[in-house]
Amino acid sequence: MHIAWGALGTVALVSLVAGVAVIALVAFALVGLSARNQPVTVGRRGMSPATGTAVAGLCLAAAALIVGYGLYVIVA
Amino acid sequence: MSLSLIVIVVVITALIFDFTNGFHDTANAMATSIATGALRPKVAVAVAGVLNLVGAFLSVEVAKTISSGIIDESRITPVVIFAGLVGAIVWNLVTWLVGMPSSSSHALFGGLIGASLVAAGVGAVNFGTVLTKVIIPAAISPVLAGLVALIGTWIGYRATARADRGTVTKGFRTGQIVSSSMVALAHGTNDAQKTMGVITLTLITAGVLAPNSGPPLWVIASAGLAIALGTYLGGWRIIRTLGKRVSAIESPQGFAAESASTAVILASSHLGFALSTTQVCSGAIFGAGAGRRLAGVRWGIAGQMAIAWVLTLPAAGIVGAVAAWVASSGTVGTIVVAVVGVAVAAGIYAISRRRPVTAENVNDVPAPHPVEPPVRLAA
Repeated sequence: MHIAWGALGTVALVSLVAGVAVIALVAFALVGLSARNQPVTVGRRGMSPATGTAVAGLCLAAAALIVGYGLYVIVA
Repeated sequence: MSLSLIVIVVVITALIFDFTNGFHDTANAMATSIATGALRPKVAVAVAGVLNLVGAFLSVEVAKTISSGIIDESRITPVVIFAGLVGAIVWNLVTWLVGMPSSSSHALFGGLIGASLVAAGVGAVNFGTVLTKVIIPAAISPVLAGLVALIGTWIGYRATARADRGTVTKGFRTGQIVSSSMVALAHGTNDAQKTMGVITLTLITAGVLAPNSGPPLWVIASAGLAIALGTYLGGWRIIRTLGKRVSAIESPQGFAAESASTAVILASSHLGFALSTTQVCSGAIFGAGAGRRLAGVRWGIAGQMAIAWVLTLPAAGIVGAVAAWVASSGTVGTIVVAVVGVAVAAGIYAISRRRPVTAENVNDVPAPHPVEPPVRLAA
């Protein structure tokens, strides 16, 4: 009986990184989008609506890339 | 009984199993989306149904084995497959009645193992494979999905703590539409394949198809339609358990749970680990609940679920074994099993009508931690 511990570890690592990354990216994007409605402070400085939109766009694009790769894995 | 008749019976039974598989597992993708209001209940089950159908056609990874090597498939007959399917269907219906999200794959494996043990003896079952392919993934995957969802939820709430509440709630709800669709699609590519594999192998053993041939189009289409129809009908009892009874799920948690489930399912199926979508999604919902507030999770429900998971394989196995024992006696026995199976299903349906759970009342559940009225001491 052979248990592939290495592959199990890979599964754990990949799903941890990918899952947490998507959630964090969407969360950051929503922080950025919030700046369009109300002032959001990041560290000591505020985020302007324009910066917020840019941050949101970048984060959502990165999340979309991961989701796209997920779709590719399903189809391929 | 002529060979072709039992083959027809197996095909129909396999499609019925596929149907129960569909409504049993709607909750995996859609429970939290329905609970948070990201999708209206009827819309959610329609989306999940369509994506399951699409998934059935999408996957090029054709299911060539019924059981991933758990059973010696050269030694089983259509009658054994029939008995195993009956065991799996009965257990799926019982767990649906009590609203427990148990694994349809484990029910199928259990039913087939029980039926094979009776019909072909101990040698027909590869217990080492049962351990590596069923028991170890079952122990690890829900914990892993829960951990990913827990960390994701924690980060999600920390990162958006000072952001605009309305934007965050609405944003995560929109995200949930994408993440729950991914789970539904991944489910379609996995679970519809199992029924296709069962039907295809039955046709091969009956000599209708050439050895090593893939499923014909009518098998793909009928299996896809059966699982999609089941999904669309919605297992509202299980959706209520996962969406409302585990924890009061908010949209960031729903998104975290579904993203974690998708990541675990895709990573492991890509690397060849068969795991239960149901167990992964349930684990992720517990993790997401705990990520916001540890005390906000009803751990008693987790205990009940764990018991249902442990029981699934042996319980479906016992039903499958009894069904195989009766059905092996000949045509009359097979008819008896079919009649009893239909009667049990009708009985469970009749019981479910007493307190039906539907799209309209699925979210009407007392909050996990109701405010207790102050205790007044009698004078």
